[in-house]
Amino acid sequence: MADNLGTSPDEVQFRFRDDDPVDHGTVTVDSALEQTNANAVRIEPGDDARLLLPFLDRLALVEVNFPAFGDGRGYSAARILREAGYAGELRAVGDVLIDQLSHMRRCGFDSFAPDKRLDEDDAARAFATWENVYQRAADARVIIADKRHEA
Amino acid sequence: MKILTGNDLRSGAVTWWNGTGWSLFVDDAVDVGDEAKEILAREEAARRVNVPYVIEATIDAGGHVRPAHIKDRVRALGPTVRRDLAVPTAAKTGWDWVI
Amino acid sequence: MYRYDQYDQAMVDARVEEFRDQARRRLEGKLTEDQFKPLRLMNGLYLQLHAYMLRVAIPYGTLNAHQMEALADIAEKYDRGYGHFTTRQNIQYNWIKLEDAADILADLSKVEMHAIQTSGNCIRNISADHFAGAAADEVVDPRPYAELMRQWSSFHPEFTYLPRKFKIAVIGSETDRAAMRLHDIGIRIVKRDGEVGAQFFAGGGMGRTPMIAPMIRDFVPLDQLIIYAEACLRVYNRYGRRDNKYKARIKILVHELGAAEYTRQVEDEFAHMLSVGIEPPREELARIAAHFAPPAFVDGPKTLDRSDPDFALWVDRNTHRHQHDAYVSAVISLKPAGGIPGDATADQMRLMARLAKQYSFDELRVMHTQNVLLPHVRIADLHAVWSALDEAGLGSPNMDTIEDIIACPGLDYCSLANARSIPLAQRISERFAASGRTAELGELKLKISGCINACGHHHAGHIGILGVDKKGTENFQLSLGGSEAEDVSLAKITGPGFDEDGVVAAVEKVTDVYLGAREDGERFLDTYRRIGMEPFKEALYGR
Ligand code: HEM
Ligand code: SF4
Repeated sequence: MADNLGTSPDEVQFRFRDDDPVDHGTVTVDSALEQTNANAVRIEPGDDARLLLPFLDRLALVEVNFPAFGDGRGYSAARILREAGYAGELRAVGDVLIDQLSHMRRCGFDSFAPDKRLDEDDAARAFATWENVYQRAADARVIIADKRHEA
Repeated sequence: MKILTGNDLRSGAVTWWNGTGWSLFVDDAVDVGDEAKEILAREEAARRVNVPYVIEATIDAGGHVRPAHIKDRVRALGPTVRRDLAVPTAAKTGWDWVI
Repeated sequence: MYRYDQYDQAMVDARVEEFRDQARRRLEGKLTEDQFKPLRLMNGLYLQLHAYMLRVAIPYGTLNAHQMEALADIAEKYDRGYGHFTTRQNIQYNWIKLEDAADILADLSKVEMHAIQTSGNCIRNISADHFAGAAADEVVDPRPYAELMRQWSSFHPEFTYLPRKFKIAVIGSETDRAAMRLHDIGIRIVKRDGEVGAQFFAGGGMGRTPMIAPMIRDFVPLDQLIIYAEACLRVYNRYGRRDNKYKARIKILVHELGAAEYTRQVEDEFAHMLSVGIEPPREELARIAAHFAPPAFVDGPKTLDRSDPDFALWVDRNTHRHQHDAYVSAVISLKPAGGIPGDATADQMRLMARLAKQYSFDELRVMHTQNVLLPHVRIADLHAVWSALDEAGLGSPNMDTIEDIIACPGLDYCSLANARSIPLAQRISERFAASGRTAELGELKLKISGCINACGHHHAGHIGILGVDKKGTENFQLSLGGSEAEDVSLAKITGPGFDEDGVVAAVEKVTDVYLGAREDGERFLDTYRRIGMEPFKEALYGR
């Protein structure tokens, strides 16, 4: 009973990974908990990402849906997965807009399937917005405070 | 009557639909009858106005267009506590008009 | 005070360019207003009644003279010659053009200022005790912690689309001069057995459901401060309500879960985050703290010539005890009788800047009472400071009196308002100044909001006034008994509302009751707490 949810690889506009994308749809978090063979899951804003932690090894794709860009729960979901060591693809889908890209990237998203295709130039600029950052997040960048005190 | 108002996208100035464009003076506002929706959609899409909306208004005893709600009357003239910064029409209506 | 290094500067500069690009995309029609609105809000740009309004952050209220001068220049170059200082230690300009906004941000960045996160559902400008680093009763200077949190909260990748706005205040003494417990998170820096740490309060706020924040952690070690804050925010981001914007603040979450359950969830998240290790290095706090080293105070006279009664009155009312006994902190009142609370002209800003340079180690503070502070003034220089202020109409001797009214912009400027708050403040301050009763009344904090959002802190006023809409006309509800200080409490409504004349008369009646009933040394608030609401109701509404 594979739910046919989710985005297909050709809906992905930006991808920062070299491995082959999963070629089938995702299942809901509830189904993933029941189906021991599911390797692609979709998280909705109200879902608790921590329910997936026992199965991270078998997951290759987690989609986090942003039905409205103003609902920021998906950012926490993404970081929680990365903090727990999830190394598979983490895809932001839905109402994903230019001005959210850099924060999403910092929270651990490494692929993006926006509902509406984004302007490539604007997106490139957005991904490159912050040369330096203040907080530690899921991207393991060296933060400003560390740079200040290195040497 | 029904009139349209909004803010200019670039300057933020309060504007009123005068039938062909957007005026800074409430007295230029025209009755749009039941065409509000089309005009608003068209004008906003053309970015000649920002967040426009339709309001009720009357023509008062002095012949001035008078929005029904106090908020829009404050918008029409400027802050009541800084009369030195008022829109020029305040001289015609006077400040009692607002309240 | 804190100075940017190349990183801070680069962040702010990058933000200016990002916003310039966003504004361009809006003007070109690539962004709809719905998409642009949250972006402009995160740069402090609102659309208000008459134009765009720009809210500039003044982190923990601290400014140097050069920055104040830049604010004056902006008022003249891009606005109409004045600005409005707010209860959250920010300044607002009321007549801004979208096409100028990026240029203004660029001008601000030249003096290490910005409008980042002064609006939107993100962590807002961090506020702090305006007497930080100066007050005699201070245990620990809160500013380094406020600056550490400013950096942590700036462009936080996870917490930029929270359920609702998020306000943090930090204090460092028992006395609360920052309404700390009426913030989403309030932090008191404390010392326990010589060790410095942070006491956390969460879930306070005003607005339509005012709440006082309960304490959720008595002591967070300093090297876990950011982690703890991050845990508080993550629980809120995940579980704060998003179905109803009026129930989306953290106060509702804490209230619905109960403080104990919210705390438990935060502690779980905290334990997890400790294992991830996200705290900035300890040396960073030391680096920041070095910026807040006390200036080079010099000894001097500790008494002054009180022969001029006007000067003596101002000294008694508007100065505050300093850590160094040859100094005081001097409050510049932005509340002239009949004036607009919190407004200052460009020329007044320049004068304040000059006085700061000359007499206060180049430092100014914006107070949550919408006044400006010269934190370190030598007692020997006080007369010169006062004379200059008095000449510029900035010398009103009325701090914490009934003339020192906090008022939000209200219906004269704000698109959410129900009623005008400023004219009411003007009438009340004028009336009490003229009748000479201000002195007799002593400390009496009157606070006015033009709608239920409570930007004017009316819930925390000894006397509070709330503007409501009564069938299209302005109406005002009176409330009594609030306090934002360490004796925090929420005011209670007296009964049916009044029209503008009626509420001015009602304030007078309420003060009559107080004067008739007070016992030795009681403030208005103390008398109210002792005798309760009834006598006031009786005077207002009869029986
Ligand atoms: C003129 C434009 C302004 C707008 C549109 C505005 C909007 C709002 C809104 C909607 C709230 C309620 C938030 C909630 O309950 O969730 C609020 C609260 C607040 N605002 Fe404003 N505000 C404005 C100006 C100001 C000014 C000038 C000040 C300072 C004098 C201020 C300080 C505050 C404070 C202290 C709160 C309170 C409390 C809280 O955290 O619950 N605001 N504002
Ligand atoms: S309290 Fe209401 S009227 Fe006053 S500034 Fe806030 S939102 Fe506007």
